[in-house]
Amino acid sequence: MKKLITGLVLLGAVANAVAQKDDSSIDTFVNNGGVESLRGKAELNETRQSDKMKRVLKDRDVVERNYVHQPPVIPHQIRGYKVDLKSNKCLSCHGWKYAKKVGATKVSPTHFETRDGMTLSDISPRRYFCQQCHVPQVDAKPLVKNDFKAVKSLSYK
Amino acid sequence: MNMLKKIWLILKTPTSAAVGFVIALGFFGGVIFWGGFNTTLELTNTEEFCIGCHEMGDNVYQEYKETIHYANRSGVRATCPDCHVPKDWTHKIIRKIAASKEVWGKITGIIDTRDKFQEHRKSMALREWKRMKDNDSRECRNCHNFEYMDFSEQGSRSVKMHSTALASGEKTCIDCHKGIAHELPDMKDVEGWH
Repeated sequence: MKKLITGLVLLGAVANAVAQKDDSSIDTFVNNGGVESLRGKAELNETRQSDKMKRVLKDRDVVERNYVHQPPVIPHQIRGYKVDLKSNKCLSCHGWKYAKKVGATKVSPTHFETRDGMTLSDISPRRYFCQQCHVPQVDAKPLVKNDFKAVKSLSYK
Repeated sequence: MNMLKKIWLILKTPTSAAVGFVIALGFFGGVIFWGGFNTTLELTNTEEFCIGCHEMGDNVYQEYKETIHYANRSGVRATCPDCHVPKDWTHKIIRKIAASKEVWGKITGIIDTRDKFQEHRKSMALREWKRMKDNDSRECRNCHNFEYMDFSEQGSRSVKMHSTALASGEKTCIDCHKGIAHELPDMKDVEGWH
């Protein structure tokens, strides 16, 4: 009987050790196999040091569009500009009432249309949240080489 | 004991005391009273005091923590009283007396939940905007002095506004800079908003 108990205890200890060894070899499962991606050489299970924050470009002239129907990008900073159900800071300049006075681009009348093509008397709810399509720009270089050229007809030059 | 009786007699019948003594007593009494009054007043002029009430600490203070007047590149801060309490004495006392209504509001719990606060946000905001408009944004100008604004350092959009409407006195800071430290209420029918 004593021998049996000792045997069971030994078996348990060995099983435990094997199980622990399995745990420690978890690293082999997250090894990316030396593949380098856009996020660098970092392994999947380690936290890579983050990139530097990009700065949003300050006031500049209108940025040319690259293709027809591209939502124009925002050529200025928008820190703290709230757009919610209570207020819309963008429309304080880009709304028709104010645009001419402050020299801002008027919001296009296409924004007055519902998805059924009905024209409303004010901004349509589906087009109300400006930053869904219009975004400010940061001074970032393209991650990969890009030969895309804008269509000539949209150029201001 | 005799000494104490004498002092008490003088205090009871001031006419028997020397004029100089009475004046000195009044002077030092005044110093202590005024010092105490001012210290207490300044104590109510700190951020800790303002956010001591959960109404301020849980609502406006949390919103303010997201803004540039709380955290910025140079670490200069504008705390609650910098914007909401005038700096010079006369206006400060007037504001402080008006603020006694806020004590009543605290006792009756007029904004003691987030919902109640949101319900009252517009009326409170309108009142504060009117105060700032009426005093030509005096509290803003304690730090933001127009005389020393360098337009060459400002963004082109800022220059366009500051060199015209602000320079001529046609507009004042708060006319455009609403909601810079707290969330905005429903801006329907507010001038300059869509």
